[in-house]
Amino acid sequence: MIIGLDVGGTHTDAVLIGKEGLIHSVKVPTDPDQLLSTIIKALERLTENQAIAEIERLVLSTTLATNLVVQKKLPPVAVLVSAGPGIDPEYFRIGAHYHVVQGVLDHSGREITSIDKNQIVDIGRQLKDQGISCAAIVSKFSVRNPAHEMQIAELLSPYVKHIFMGHVLSGTLNFPRRITTTYLNAAVYPIHCTFFDAVQLSLEKQGLSLPIRVLKPDGGSMNFSSSLDYPAQTILSGPSASVMGAINSAPKDKTCLVLDIGGTTTDMALILNGVPVIATEGIEIGSYKTLIRALMTRSIGIGGDSVVRIQNGKLTIGPDRIGVAMAYGGPVSTPTDALCVLGLTEDGDVQLAKNGLSLLAAEMNVSIEEISESIIDLACHEILGAAGKMVNFLNSRPVYTVHEMFENLQIKPDHILVLGGPASQFAERLAPHFTGKVETVPHWNVANAIGCALSRVTCEVTVYADTSQKIITAQGEKFEQKITEDITLEDVRQIAFDLVRAKALRRGAIPEYLEMEIIEESQFNMIRGFHTQGKNIRVRAQVKPGLLPNSIRKEAIV
Amino acid sequence: MLRAKNTTGLVFFPAFDWAISPTHPEREERLLYTQDQVLEEGLMDIEGIVELKPDIVTVEDIQRTHFCAPDPESVCTESHFISAGGAKTIGKAVMDGVIERGFALVRPPGHHANRVVHGARGFCNINIEAIMIEYLRKHYNVDRVAIVDTDCHHGDGTQDVYWHDPDTLFISIHQDGRTLYPGSGFLKEFGGPNAVGSTINIPLPPETCDEGFLYTIEHAVLPILDDFKPDLIINSAGQDNHYSDPITNMNFSARGYAKLTEMLKADIAVLEGGYSIEGALPYVNAGIIMAMAGIDYSKLQEPDYNPRFLQQPKHLSREIQKACEDAVNLWKKRDEFKKTVRSKPNCETRNRQIYYDTDNISESQLEVVRICDDCAGALRIDSTADHSRRILCVHIPRKACPACVKQGLEWYDAADPHTYDHIFLQDRPNDEYRVK
Repeated sequence: MIIGLDVGGTHTDAVLIGKEGLIHSVKVPTDPDQLLSTIIKALERLTENQAIAEIERLVLSTTLATNLVVQKKLPPVAVLVSAGPGIDPEYFRIGAHYHVVQGVLDHSGREITSIDKNQIVDIGRQLKDQGISCAAIVSKFSVRNPAHEMQIAELLSPYVKHIFMGHVLSGTLNFPRRITTTYLNAAVYPIHCTFFDAVQLSLEKQGLSLPIRVLKPDGGSMNFSSSLDYPAQTILSGPSASVMGAINSAPKDKTCLVLDIGGTTTDMALILNGVPVIATEGIEIGSYKTLIRALMTRSIGIGGDSVVRIQNGKLTIGPDRIGVAMAYGGPVSTPTDALCVLGLTEDGDVQLAKNGLSLLAAEMNVSIEEISESIIDLACHEILGAAGKMVNFLNSRPVYTVHEMFENLQIKPDHILVLGGPASQFAERLAPHFTGKVETVPHWNVANAIGCALSRVTCEVTVYADTSQKIITAQGEKFEQKITEDITLEDVRQIAFDLVRAKALRRGAIPEYLEMEIIEESQFNMIRGFHTQGKNIRVRAQVKPGLLPNSIRKEAIV
Repeated sequence: MLRAKNTTGLVFFPAFDWAISPTHPEREERLLYTQDQVLEEGLMDIEGIVELKPDIVTVEDIQRTHFCAPDPESVCTESHFISAGGAKTIGKAVMDGVIERGFALVRPPGHHANRVVHGARGFCNINIEAIMIEYLRKHYNVDRVAIVDTDCHHGDGTQDVYWHDPDTLFISIHQDGRTLYPGSGFLKEFGGPNAVGSTINIPLPPETCDEGFLYTIEHAVLPILDDFKPDLIINSAGQDNHYSDPITNMNFSARGYAKLTEMLKADIAVLEGGYSIEGALPYVNAGIIMAMAGIDYSKLQEPDYNPRFLQQPKHLSREIQKACEDAVNLWKKRDEFKKTVRSKPNCETRNRQIYYDTDNISESQLEVVRICDDCAGALRIDSTADHSRRILCVHIPRKACPACVKQGLEWYDAADPHTYDHIFLQDRPNDEYRVK
């Protein structure tokens, strides 16, 4: 059996899944200040009277790191940056211990200026005196050549306890985002460790000695030991849990829009022919732009508990939530009240709902039923409008080859999958606004936790070969080899696949369920003068996000 | 946090799968390291900088500017439709107010493409700036446009397209034509009899440094622009004045380019040449984007930048000063020059031999313009290319007076289909292109 646990902003959902499918599920309110006890409470209730010895693993999607970042409660860490010419690195200053140090690499990773050892040692001493124990080290173009980051790390290691290097965290070019990403990993690290130690300890007390996996925002998971190297990859995993919860219901030949309608927001995403769409850019959280990969999701402030108002004679919904619907004793009218009035909810006090809505109906000079219809129609209209914007964004993404330009793939959703609290009621109401099938996901109210439980281990690698420098590297994989001039794109692909496989296995993947693919590749002849001097080959490979079967040999789980 | 002072749009179309030939300077790899640098600098993340997906221009967009023999599809590849489309996208976004300024970082380039196109010359097939400008004139009622061509090579194609148009000011700064392709761009080339002074050429001596370029902008280009009062300023932003460019001889730096961009305040920049793909383009392009957006570029420089080698000799400064004075003088006295030009016999005709170096085609043209004080003048071009194709091209200008409309139609109607392989009419007042 597998436990999936998704900590949401309002509720924490937990499910227990066995060979036969969903065995049990619970929903408890989330206390953002007491995440640990929320999780423990959910697990206690979930595993009550269950055969706990048969539980294989726990997969967790938490808001721990997200909360730290959003609430600006990050501890002080050091950031050492070597930049060289370009935008002044002072503009990327982050945290209270930001040091710009000597060292320059060019766009092909060639060293222009070396590191100044004394400068690093001086900073190290200073950090030790200040009691700073975590450091982030980032050099511009380190994904082409990590030498400077590694030299700095070595020089700094006697003075700090834990070091994160930019090139390990992502193979993507973007120096400012690499700084932010490395900083966040270093800053989240201590609390991440403490928190998961506490989770493990509490589980053991309950007799649950389980391997823990953590969900990532790209819809994949990683084992706990890997999460220590990438603690910030636990940020904003919530929306990906929903998408993974919907993925088994997405027809393989359709473009599905996934709508997770919650209390405060509706999260949306796209699944193309059974595969979720990954965002081109990394996650943005608060003021931080990162290189943390994520599924492409959007959120709109319309949910079951959003506040309904009349502003300038017009009906509006959200984006705020004050409390539950009036039908459940809440303070203001909400879309849930409208559903209640229309007889679409199972419980809730219709009279209380009507009391609230009658005021709005009077102001608009319509009946209570009419205003209820209008509220639901408006909510559907706005949700689909936001989804349309997301699709437009995807369709207007720039491309860089003539071939792609003329191929001009345009995406148009022809299927909707709804999950979340009011999923079934909304599915019915969305149908008239949409050409295509609208369906609810099985177990729609806890599908996110199911997605979390079954998500596959994912990872990606970027391989860069330059035959003029006779070198092939994959940053973050500690991979650097000499190559000959006759290396082909096919050889580089194979290297990328081998590296992805090894990395996935380290992160706890089960070999039978690795589905790997090449996501980007290019090959350029490098001409100097009028002669071919070499080839520049770039390949990016990943494990596709996807789900595992309900049950797997226990010994396969790490 | 970094924020662009001016909302700046960028179309980046590196055509990673298109080349003139495998080892040609205009090849797949050309913008690869530029893309690496732009991505690594994080320029696309800066608030106020937006990346736009290019449009593809239509055949009609091309025919509004060019006479293509036998048709646009035959003289263009798909990549030309996109690079012109990239310029058009930026132009539209500026006019729609989506962005304040924009840079079409696209390839292939276009400033050597003339009004009549039989093939490729100077790596250019169609004039992407002109196609954009004429699109904006048609759809946004833009009237007066200034083009400042800062490519190291004379923008002879753009000069040809606007030779007779008094509403388009074309200023080209380039390495002296006696020392570099295409061998033109001298002060004495100052526009046709209806547009004297609306073409200004400022040839600069080889080894001109930052100082000389910026002097030219300040003392010649900006005063003339101020006087002309354009609705739009376009920069044909070639980057081959860079000290590391393999096919030119100038000593301009990336920060110099950024400063030039800052001074010029162009609404739209369009990439032209520039073939130092590793040593210059990554830095020059980053500099142009930063300067357009109004971001501090003081820390930008090439890895091998050494100001000691980029000092401008005194005698060059004097030459440059003289070239600027001549240009300003020409601009100020353009009405007098016009009288002189028109007093010469046969001033309405141009007889030219045009060589298409990229496609190895020779063309001879006999051009006749109707001398007119009310519009740019009806234009008739009789063109023969050495693969024995003879075409007649009649252009009725955008703001044609009734007499020029009449003249244009007469030329078109009178043309004998037995004499020509194709007869074309570009009827701009009606935005029509006719073929017989």
